[in-house]
Amino acid sequence: MVPGRRMLEIWYAIAALLFAVYATMDGFDFGAGIVSPWVARSDTERRQVLAAIGPFWDGNEVWLLAAGGALFVAFPRVLASGISGFYFAIFLVLWCLLGRGIAIEFRSHLPNPLWRAAWDFTFTVASTLLAVFFGAAFGNLLRGVPLDDAGWFSLPLFTDFSAGAPVGILDWYTVLTGVFALVALAAHGALFLAWKTDGPVGERSVRAAWRLWVTVAVLWPVVTVASHLVNPALFPGMGRRWLAALATAVAAAGIVTVFVRLRRGGSLLAFLGSCAFLFGILGATAASFFPVMLRATGGDALSLTAYTAGGDPAGLRVALTWFAVGLTLAVIYQVVVFRLHRGPATAARDGEGY
Amino acid sequence: MSDALVLHRLQFAFTIVYHYLFPQLTMGLALLIVILKARGLRPGGERWNDAARFWIRIFGINFAVGVVTGIPMEFQFGTNWAGFSRYAGSVVGQTLLMEGLFAFFLESSFLSLLVFGERRLSRVGHFLAAVALFLGSWLSGYFIIATNAFMQHPVGHVVGPDGMLRLADFRAFVLNPWALAQYAHNMMAAVVTASFVVAAVGAFYTLMGRHGDTARIFLRVGVTAGLIAGLLVAATGDTQAKLVARHQPVALAAMEGHFESGPRAGLVLIGQPNVRERRLDNPVVIPWALSFLAFGTFHADVPGLDAFPERDWPDNIELLYYAFHLMAGLGTLMIALTLGAAFLALRGRLEGCRPMLWLLMLAFPFPYIANTAGWMTTELGRQPWLVYGLFRTAQGASPTVHSGTVLFTLMGFCGLYFVLGLLFFFLIGREIAHGPGPAHA
Repeated sequence: MVPGRRMLEIWYAIAALLFAVYATMDGFDFGAGIVSPWVARSDTERRQVLAAIGPFWDGNEVWLLAAGGALFVAFPRVLASGISGFYFAIFLVLWCLLGRGIAIEFRSHLPNPLWRAAWDFTFTVASTLLAVFFGAAFGNLLRGVPLDDAGWFSLPLFTDFSAGAPVGILDWYTVLTGVFALVALAAHGALFLAWKTDGPVGERSVRAAWRLWVTVAVLWPVVTVASHLVNPALFPGMGRRWLAALATAVAAAGIVTVFVRLRRGGSLLAFLGSCAFLFGILGATAASFFPVMLRATGGDALSLTAYTAGGDPAGLRVALTWFAVGLTLAVIYQVVVFRLHRGPATAARDGEGY
Repeated sequence: MSDALVLHRLQFAFTIVYHYLFPQLTMGLALLIVILKARGLRPGGERWNDAARFWIRIFGINFAVGVVTGIPMEFQFGTNWAGFSRYAGSVVGQTLLMEGLFAFFLESSFLSLLVFGERRLSRVGHFLAAVALFLGSWLSGYFIIATNAFMQHPVGHVVGPDGMLRLADFRAFVLNPWALAQYAHNMMAAVVTASFVVAAVGAFYTLMGRHGDTARIFLRVGVTAGLIAGLLVAATGDTQAKLVARHQPVALAAMEGHFESGPRAGLVLIGQPNVRERRLDNPVVIPWALSFLAFGTFHADVPGLDAFPERDWPDNIELLYYAFHLMAGLGTLMIALTLGAAFLALRGRLEGCRPMLWLLMLAFPFPYIANTAGWMTTELGRQPWLVYGLFRTAQGASPTVHSGTVLFTLMGFCGLYFVLGLLFFFLIGREIAHGPGPAHA
């Protein structure tokens, strides 16, 4: 039987995996939303972008619920403290998700150009804000939050932007991670469109992807150095942990693949390289951050870790069984949908698609 | 009760009531679409396929609103009810994660294939997409009901050494008898909603003299399904009421405005609960009926509110009482209405009976109101507990979130959902005006 500590480690890995899959999957449709004003100009081109992500966006968002659910069942203290501590920011995220979903689903119901322009605007703005919010949230986790000795915290939106106590949700570091997430997801989405669309949209996506990936390549080391300044314990751990080293190698291989393949235009392999990059940097961070889940700015003793904040291992053992079945089914459904929508996406006629 | 607690409760109540307006239709409609598509597979089923296509478009719009209003529900466990999440997450997190894995992936993967995939898929393939949405949405319903059932009637748990709940018996938790009864009741009620909406649109077209043959299908399917499901709602409601009588006697007493314990308790049809004077004003009562309905014999002793300490009484007895009676009254009315319509349909006179068509057209809000009132009965009856008998609602709210912050987000939801409602009505109105047949040009 798997001992309790190991069970908590497994669920830490599951939660991290689900969040990384979420970022990679919903990331491409966020990215498509961010770059769509630049790569798609006419109504038909806009619909081509929506046709490319339409069948997937809702399923992609379920990964967020799955990740949240894994946190709920395995680390209820982390979920309770983290989500209530970021109360206001969470609602901004929820409202953006709401507006964005409605924009995708409602836009093409009416031929009226103003109606469509309004939803296109909503789609792009919500996608952009969400990328920044998620990046800033990630920055907050790495920097730490002011947990008290009962394991709760609340954060103002900003203080003096110094990344030192008293901390706020936005400071120079979390704004930097927010911008990095924006650029990285835009680059990711551009590659998705470069793969899934052809014609002018595909060509513009390839050009946009080039510029964006060059920016990613410049920002990545900057964010890495900044992360080291904000959280000095992070990187020393990375070298000692094979999983973190492996994930870093995956990220590096991913970005190399992107640059090599992108010279010949968009392709599935280039997009997979981009997936590997996002998945790799998130995986490497999770592996070197372990076992910390919510880092306390007031000292390590106050941090919530997988061991101190974990739920009951016996219940998690049961959950692991059905989780394996559920995850397999989820992957099968998504593969089926990708196969049914293989080939370049074309703009649907009115009433017959997004 | 502090301000913040009231606002936490109000925000959750508002967002869940609003959210559930959409899934109750999509869950019920999913079943009716499967029936229409199955009939459409048979030779000469083209008209049934057209009928299905129309409802799939309505389904798509409802589903989208259901998705975007559903995501905030999941997060509010963490934002507003962090105390509860920490206390019960190890247990209720199981069903919530299962919902994501087993239901949401299924629904979301096949939604666009159902709504837009008719040309892409074979006839059988499109039928299977409808089945996938039916399974996904009905599974989703089960996991949510199982979560709620644990809060109503906790089973399969133990209290850990840290004071938090732990899962002790997975089977007992997932197959909670309360969940099974509540699920049957709730899903049948969802079918009633969809049936009334389908019948209302059929009645509208018939009165307008449009889409004659398709309208006939709508009317017949709506009335038949509405009658069958309505009767099952009553039957399953009885099962659930017996569970409430056994496990939440104080909630039953409050639902019935039953202040004094005693045998041969009467069933209250109408009357106003007067909590201050501890009595029911102006009651109209069926003698002995409550004893019989709750416990199966006319002599059974039904404990009244006086049998329980006041601190364990539901904290809004009036609202609970009225919600319960509204639900039961509307349920009865809807059975009577569909019974009358079915009788006319059997004699081939439904399409010609304008008063009945008017009634059917205007009756579609009833199931929405009854479903909402039913859930209010369930949730107000559970008070003052968040997890019945174990954990009080006041313990569950997030400790670090101030009342002003909650008021702010509550107002945000009011504004957003108002606009969303307008957009929804606009698009649904457009689809109904356009009618069955090919999509818009």
